[in-house]
Amino acid sequence: MLKDKYGKEIEEILSRYPIKRSALIPLLYVAQRDQGYVSESAMQEIAHLLRLTPPQVYETITFYTMFNLKPVGKFHIQVCKSLMCALVGSDTVIEWIRAKLGIAPGESTVDGLFSLSLVECLAACGTGPMMQINDDYYEQLTEDKLDRILADLRSTGTSRLKSGPFMWPEPVAVKGES
Amino acid sequence: MPKHELVLLKNMMHPGYTGSLTDYEQAGGYQALRNTLGKIGPPDVTAMVRQSGLRGRGGAGFPTGVKWGFLPKDYQGPRYLCCNADESEPGTFKDRQLMERDPHQVLEGIVLACYAIGAETAYIYIRGEMVLGSRILEQAIGEARAAGYIGKNILGTGINADVWVHRGAGAYICGEETALLESLEGKRGLPRIKPPFPATHGLYNKPTVVNNVETLANLPHIINRGPEWFAAIGSPPKSTGTRVFCVSGHVKRPGNYEVPMGVTVRELVYEHAGGMRSDKPIKAFIPGGASAPFLTPAHLDVKLDFEHVAAAGSMLGSGGVTVMEEGTSMVWAALRLMEFFYHESCGKCTPCREGSSWLVQTLRRILAKRGRMEDLETLSDLCKNIAGRTVCAFGDAEVAPIQSTLNHWRQEYVDLINEAETANLIRPEPVGLRR
Repeated sequence: MLKDKYGKEIEEILSRYPIKRSALIPLLYVAQRDQGYVSESAMQEIAHLLRLTPPQVYETITFYTMFNLKPVGKFHIQVCKSLMCALVGSDTVIEWIRAKLGIAPGESTVDGLFSLSLVECLAACGTGPMMQINDDYYEQLTEDKLDRILADLRSTGTSRLKSGPFMWPEPVAVKGES
Repeated sequence: MPKHELVLLKNMMHPGYTGSLTDYEQAGGYQALRNTLGKIGPPDVTAMVRQSGLRGRGGAGFPTGVKWGFLPKDYQGPRYLCCNADESEPGTFKDRQLMERDPHQVLEGIVLACYAIGAETAYIYIRGEMVLGSRILEQAIGEARAAGYIGKNILGTGINADVWVHRGAGAYICGEETALLESLEGKRGLPRIKPPFPATHGLYNKPTVVNNVETLANLPHIINRGPEWFAAIGSPPKSTGTRVFCVSGHVKRPGNYEVPMGVTVRELVYEHAGGMRSDKPIKAFIPGGASAPFLTPAHLDVKLDFEHVAAAGSMLGSGGVTVMEEGTSMVWAALRLMEFFYHESCGKCTPCREGSSWLVQTLRRILAKRGRMEDLETLSDLCKNIAGRTVCAFGDAEVAPIQSTLNHWRQEYVDLINEAETANLIRPEPVGLRR
């Protein structure tokens, strides 16, 4: 039960809003963080907590793209395919990942490590092509950088190639990076 | 070094500036708050903002002081401020930089706006994907609360303003102000019919102001340096101040460039962004994010301010300038943007929901060289039947790429269709029509 596990956090979230329903998206995030996706039982519990009906929770959750209604890989790779990234090579990035992982968009690797999705604009158009893996952005991607990111994630579960706060003044050159 | 004075990006240009409270205070931060709360009346703050000519930086460009003035003066219940940080317009990434690199500048603007409109609660509605940005903001809020800049009895003045970060969950439409409010209320982010406007019936049906991140970040500077200073920058009287333009696409140095409003795209591209990536000529550019119609090299010297861009047939929008070099297929570019709009249509209005699907299918067919000349008419008809027939401006936005490419690069569509017609000279008759 989410309430037992995250009681204090849930109380804190509820205290931010004068109307309980506003806490719906934040609580769905709590559920997704717990299991990697939002299960039916989590939806029912959240509905109960917010005094909503389960359909009210379901109608909301299905509107937003960031909630997974079924398990995804440990690393959910989301590549931006919008025009701005496409102009600087996102199609190559997608093909590279497809080839390296042997999965098409919407699929997961057999070992459950990686899932691949294509998404629309992630507000990193100046540093494209880019992708998001779980909570982190990876920008100015090249084939070499992609290989290193995938290897890092496999071996250590994280990669230092993820983006920090927005780059300024000059986008960091990727080629020749140590 | 930039030849224009930086305002919003100034602090972060200093080496070692981390955006922490200490750094911000050392750079003169929170002085505007100290000099305003309890010292200048809220109506006077609103008057200063109106006098500065500040217009919303989110896309619509509505005068900020005027918007604040719409709030009912005699209303006794709670009022709300929503900081629109749902930056999702393709081509735009300025708010992300402002929040991640100088969060206190945004927070100071939020508290000033709360004071001016009499709100005691502000929500920063940040797009869900920006996890890092939301963490940085939450940390900054914690620092500001501990220092007495946010919360109850700010700086001992008896004024309260609480600020909360609320993450969206991946829906472009939630950047539209009424959809944002619906989403903040825990519902599907469907735009509301206006009127009533948020100024009277906003969050929880209470008077509410929704302002963009960059708009709010300008407030401390307007207070510190006076509205006359701000009003003299850029293209007075209607486009004042600086603007953080996001340059993306085929340029050597894509990124955010803060310049006075009224510079030209030529200056932005060739002087700031280092020119074109492959030194090819510019074929097309979008001056204000994906919702703005494409312009051509003939418009390179159009001033980037609200009036001149509108007169050229496009809009300044969110300030996202995307540049495409010679050789880019404009039909392909239109399709890529249409796929975005098709994906992001909230589905509330039939013309947008169904129309975007048909537009995508028709464009895909033309690009796959299976198009017919009548497709051009179909595209135009669809556009005409979507624009202006939806609850929000999304419908107008989604037809912009098609109408503008059809207008400026019609021959590219025609060529693709001609190739298709040549390839399909012997076209089998559809079986179902034979009698």
